[in-house]
Amino acid sequence: MSPTETKQEYQVIGKRPVRHDGVDKVTGRAVYGADVQLPGMLYGKVLRSPHAHARIKSIRTDKAMSLEGVKAVVTAADLPDPEGRTANLGELGDVPLRNLTRNVLASGKVLYQGHAIAAVAATNPHLAEEALDLIEVEYEVLPPVMDVLEAMKKDAPLLHEDLCTMELGKKSDHHSNIASHQTFRRGDVKAGFASADHILEHEYRSATVHQGYIEPHAATAVWSADGQVTLWCTTQGAFSMRAMVHQILGIPVSKLKVIPTEIGGGFGGKIPSYGEPVAALLARKSRRPVKVVMDRTEVFMGTGPTSASYVKLKMGVTRDGRIVAAEAMLAFEGGAYPGAIVGAGGLCLLAPYNIENLVIDMYDVVVNKPKTAAYRAPGAPNAEHATEALIDEFCELLKMDPLEFRLKNASKEGDVQANDVRFPRIGCIETIEAARASDHYRSKLNGPNRGRGVAAGYWMNAGLTSSVMARLNADGTVTLNEGSTDIGGSRTSIAMQLAESFGIRAEDVSPSVVDTDSVGYTEVTGGSRVTFATGYAAYEAGQALRRQVVEQAAKLWKVEPERVLFEGGVLRDLDDAAKKIGLPELAETLAHRGVDIGARITVTPQKVGGVFGVHIADVEVDPGTGKVTILRYTVVQDVGKAIHPSYVEGQMQGGAVQGIGWALNEEYVYNQEGKMLNASFLDYRMPTSLDLPMIETIIVEVPNPGHPYGVRGVGEVPIVPPLATVANAIAHAVSVRLYEVPMSPPRVVKAMLAKK
Amino acid sequence: MRAFDYAAPKSLNEAVSLLSRRGDRARVLSGGTDLIVQVREKRRDLDLMVDVKNIPELSEIRYEPAAGLALGASVACSRIYEHPVVSRVYPGLVDAAFLIGGIQIQNRASLGGNLCNASPAADSIPALIAHRAICVIAGPNGGRELPVEQFCVAPGRNALQAGELLVSFRIPAPPPRFGANYIRFIPRNEMDIAVVGCGASLTLREDLKTIAEARVALGAVAPTPLLVAEAASALSGSAFSSESVDRAAIACQAAARPITDMRGTAEYRRHLVGVLTRRALLKAFERAQEAANAR
Amino acid sequence: MPDKARVRATINGEPADFLCEPRQSLLEVLREELKLTGTKEGCNNGNCGACNVLLNGLLVNSCLVLAVEADGAKVETIEGVMGPQGLHPLQTAFLENAALQCGICTPGFIVAAKALLERKPKATEAEIRHWCAGNLCRCTGYDKIVRAVLDAETRMGEGQ
Repeated sequence: MSPTETKQEYQVIGKRPVRHDGVDKVTGRAVYGADVQLPGMLYGKVLRSPHAHARIKSIRTDKAMSLEGVKAVVTAADLPDPEGRTANLGELGDVPLRNLTRNVLASGKVLYQGHAIAAVAATNPHLAEEALDLIEVEYEVLPPVMDVLEAMKKDAPLLHEDLCTMELGKKSDHHSNIASHQTFRRGDVKAGFASADHILEHEYRSATVHQGYIEPHAATAVWSADGQVTLWCTTQGAFSMRAMVHQILGIPVSKLKVIPTEIGGGFGGKIPSYGEPVAALLARKSRRPVKVVMDRTEVFMGTGPTSASYVKLKMGVTRDGRIVAAEAMLAFEGGAYPGAIVGAGGLCLLAPYNIENLVIDMYDVVVNKPKTAAYRAPGAPNAEHATEALIDEFCELLKMDPLEFRLKNASKEGDVQANDVRFPRIGCIETIEAARASDHYRSKLNGPNRGRGVAAGYWMNAGLTSSVMARLNADGTVTLNEGSTDIGGSRTSIAMQLAESFGIRAEDVSPSVVDTDSVGYTEVTGGSRVTFATGYAAYEAGQALRRQVVEQAAKLWKVEPERVLFEGGVLRDLDDAAKKIGLPELAETLAHRGVDIGARITVTPQKVGGVFGVHIADVEVDPGTGKVTILRYTVVQDVGKAIHPSYVEGQMQGGAVQGIGWALNEEYVYNQEGKMLNASFLDYRMPTSLDLPMIETIIVEVPNPGHPYGVRGVGEVPIVPPLATVANAIAHAVSVRLYEVPMSPPRVVKAMLAKK
Repeated sequence: MRAFDYAAPKSLNEAVSLLSRRGDRARVLSGGTDLIVQVREKRRDLDLMVDVKNIPELSEIRYEPAAGLALGASVACSRIYEHPVVSRVYPGLVDAAFLIGGIQIQNRASLGGNLCNASPAADSIPALIAHRAICVIAGPNGGRELPVEQFCVAPGRNALQAGELLVSFRIPAPPPRFGANYIRFIPRNEMDIAVVGCGASLTLREDLKTIAEARVALGAVAPTPLLVAEAASALSGSAFSSESVDRAAIACQAAARPITDMRGTAEYRRHLVGVLTRRALLKAFERAQEAANAR
Repeated sequence: MPDKARVRATINGEPADFLCEPRQSLLEVLREELKLTGTKEGCNNGNCGACNVLLNGLLVNSCLVLAVEADGAKVETIEGVMGPQGLHPLQTAFLENAALQCGICTPGFIVAAKALLERKPKATEAEIRHWCAGNLCRCTGYDKIVRAVLDAETRMGEGQ
C-alpha cells in the first residue's frame, strides 16, 4: 500500500484524540527523570571545571570522602581506559571512545568551563554539594579558544594535541583544531558566476545557543552485587543510552537495563550521556541507588548547546531571478570535541533551490565550549539563515516578490541536491504556493517601523530503526509497547497508526514507552523520525494483527481467510451473512483457547520524506531601543500527512518560537577567560508568553510515497526559517540588514545609528 | 546549600536583638527572591536568616491624605498594586511593583527587600526616589530615617549598620498636579533585569504646562541608583516641551556612569538613558495632567 | 547534621506535619520528603515557574520559599487541582487543546492559570500572556496553552 495524492478517507488518522499519557501529565502523576525515588537512595553531585581550558595537575578527594554522610567519590580514574577504542553511536557513526568517556569525566585536561571532573554521592543533596567544595583540584590554566575562526588559525592554542584534520576523507598530518573539512561540489561554479547578472556575498554569524528544555538532565542508577545495572534516565534514546553506557563503563549489554522516564524536552540535547555513567559508578562504589540531577547552571555549562557558526555565502543571479551559482564556506564549532553537525548544514544550505553550479566547504572545529549536541534540525538554521537573507537582498535588488523568486528557483522531484542525490517527491513548490495564498501574505501591513519578512527552510529528516510489540487483549483492545521515548505526544501518533491499520479506535490502543529489555531496538527520538519510522512499525503491527484475527476467524468458521472481512470492529464471512463476530468476542474466545494474537515488528524504512517550510513574520522595531516585536507570525509547512493535526501544529509553533528566540535574544555570553556570564533562565533569554502573538499554522499535505500514510517528519524544519524570516522583516521595517544573530536590541540600534 | 538557622521574630525588638547578636552572619529574609538565590549560588554566606514577615510594622500599608503612606518594608509587590488607594496615588511605585519579576515573584518580593539588596538595577529604587520616599530604620540605638537615594552605598551594599533593620517607607502624599512614572528597558517583555531604568516625577503649576518641580532617578547606570539633580534643574521652572525634556535627557546621559556587562554595553546604556528619560518624563507629564483633571 | 525544624502545614487540604532543615526549599520538601513530585524543578531560582504552587492562595515559586516558612500555611500543588468530581476544567482544556508536548511545564502552568481564573474568570489573551510570563515552555510556543486557558474560562463559565 502506498499513499496516493488524492484525498484518502481515514477512520483515525487526521482526527484529534486526547493523548494517552495526557491525564498523567496534567495531574502531576507522570514520572520524569528527577521524580524517580528508590529506597535508600543517595544524591549525587558533580564537580565541574571553573576554567575553560586547563591541565589537571592533581585531584585529591580524601577530605570529601571523610565528610559524614558521603558514601562515594568518583573521578575519571574509576572509568575504564578508553584509549585506542572506538564507540559506535548509531545514527552518528563511529567516534573515538575517548571523546565520550572524557566528556563524562575529564582526565588530563579540562576543555570547557563546566567540564565534569569528579562526583560525590551523599545522603542528601546539600551534603553532596558541600563535599564537592572539599575536593582539591590543582590546575595549570591554559589560554582558551572561544571562536571558530580564531580556532582555525595556524597559531591557535590546541585543544587536543593529537587532533589532525580529516581533509576530504583523508587524515592530514598537521595538528589543528579543525577536525574535518568536507566539500560538496556540482557543476562549474566559475562559469555559473560568469553568467550571473548580479553577485552578492556576505558573512553570517550565529552565537552558541542552547536547546533550553525545561527539565534538567537526571539519572538514577542501581548497581546490584551481581553486576546487574539498572538506569532510569531522561533520554531521547534508551537504546543509544544503553550503548553509550555499555561502551563507557565496559559492561555487557545484557547486564544493563535502561528505563526511560518521561522526558521534559530534548530537542537533540538529551541524546548524549552525561550523568548516567556517573550515577552508575557512584552506585557501584556506594552499593546504594544514586540519583544525579543537574541544576540549570550545569545544564547550560555542562551539556551540549548547538554550534556557533560562521557562514560565508556568495550567490549569482540572473536579471530574471534565476540562481545560477553559489559558493559557500561553513565553519561550525564542535565545542570541546569534534562533532559539529556541519554536514547537515551544508546539505540543507541551498536545498530549497535547484542550483546547477555550487561548491560548499564545511569545517568542524573544536573550541573551549561544551561539546555541542544536536539541536532541532542541527546545522540547518545557521546555514539557511545565510541563503534566505541573501535571497531577500536579491529580491530587493530585482524588485521581485520574494515568494515569486523562490518559486522560480524551487526544488522539485528529480532535482539533484548538493550531495548528488536526487530529490524524491517533495512539497517545496506546494509550500511556497500555500504561503503566497495565505491570508497573512495577502494582508496589508501598515505603520512606521514595521516590516514583513519571509524565508523558506528545508530539513531532510531521518528514518532509522524502530520497533514495536503489539498484543491483542481479551477484550479486543491492544497493548502497544514501543521504544521511542515520547517528547511531544508521539505515543498517540504511533497508536493512531496502529489503530488505523488494524481497524480499531485510537482509544482502544494503550501505548507504552518501555525499557530496553521489553521491546526491540529503537533508535533515538530525533531526526523527526518517530511518527514516520515508529509509526511505520505500528502500521506493520496493525497489519499483522489484522491478518491474524482474520485467520483465526476463518479457522473458527472453517473457511478460507480470503472470505473473511474485518470492518467496523466486526469480522464477517463475505459469503455467509450469518457468520459474524465482533472483535471483542473473538478476542475473548481466542484468549480462552490460549491463542496469542501479537506482533513484534522492527523496521528500518529508507524512503524518508524531506520537508520544506515557509514562514511569514510581521515585526515592529522600536527605533529608540532597537527592540523587535513580533506582530504576526505564520508557519506554512509540508507535513506529508498530519496524523494528529494538533500535535503537528504544536511542532510547527514550538519550532518557530525556538527559532524566534534564536533570532532575537538567545546567546551564550562569555568573558575573556571563556567563562559563561549568563548561565540562567534569567539572562539566557528564551521567549516568554508575553513576547509572542498566536502562531498561525498552515498545514500542506504532499504525501511521502515512502510511508503507508504519507507521513513526513514535522518536528525539526520549523526552527529553520525564523532566523532569516525575522532578519528580513527587520530589514523591511527599518532598512538595515543584520548579518549576525541574535539580532538583539543593542545590535539593532547600532545598525540603525550607523546608517544615520 | 550551606546550612543556616532560621528565626521568625514577631516584634521589632526581637528582630533587632537577633540581628545585633549575630552581626553580619545574620541576614533579613523578606520575600527571599534574592536572598535564597544568593545563598544557594554561594554568592552570600550566612548563619541565620531572620524572617521578618511576622512583624506587624513591616507588613502594613497605611495611607492618610495628610501624612502620606507608611509602607511596610516586607509588603509584597502584588499587595501594593492591588491596593485601591496606593495604586491611584503612587503611580510610579505601582509601575515598579508591577514590573519586578513575574506574578510569582511579585507575590513574594517586597520593595524593602529590593532596596536592601542594593542592586544598581533594582526596579523599585528609582521609583521610590521619584516619589521622595524616606527609609524608616530601627536599630539597637533606636530609630532613624534616611532618604532612599542615600540608602545604597555600593553594588549589594546598603547604609544599614550592625543590628539595624529597614522597617518601612514613609512616602509623602503627592501635591496636586503630580505625576510619576517608572520605566525600564529589557530585551524581553518580562522576567529580565533592567538594562536601564528611569523613574521620573513632575509637579505642574496651575497652567498645567510649567514644571514646578521635577525628580529624575536612574537605575543600572552607576554603582548605585542615581538621583540626577541636573535633570531636575533643567526642568524646574520651564514649560514641558521637547526642548526641556531634551535638556533633562542630556543631563541624565552626562550623569550616567554605565559599565559594560552581559546585560548591555556602556554605549548602549548611555543611549537608552536618553530614550527612557524622555519617555518617562512624557508619561509623568500626562499623568500629572490627568491628576489635575481628575480633581 | 543541623537540627531540623518541625513544620505543620495544610497541603492540598490535608494536614501535613514534617521535619526539615531551614536550607530545604518548599520545592525540595514537597518532592523529596513528601513525594509530591508533580511540582517540577526547572531552574531552582525563580525564573521558569515549573515549581509553581499556591501558598495561602497566592501563586509562588516553591523553589524560592523555605519549607520552614510554610509553617501554618495552606499549600496547594498540582496534585490538589483535580477535585473529587474528576479533572479540573483547566486540565480538560489542556488535554483537548493539545496544550502540552513534553509536559514538564504543564503542572506549573495549570497551577498558575488556576490562580489567574480564580481572580479573573474572564481574563483576556493579553492578561493570560502577562500572568503566565513567569512560566517558561520550550515546546509549544505558548499558542495552545493560551487557547487552553481561554477554553477553560468558557468551560468554567458554563458551570462545567
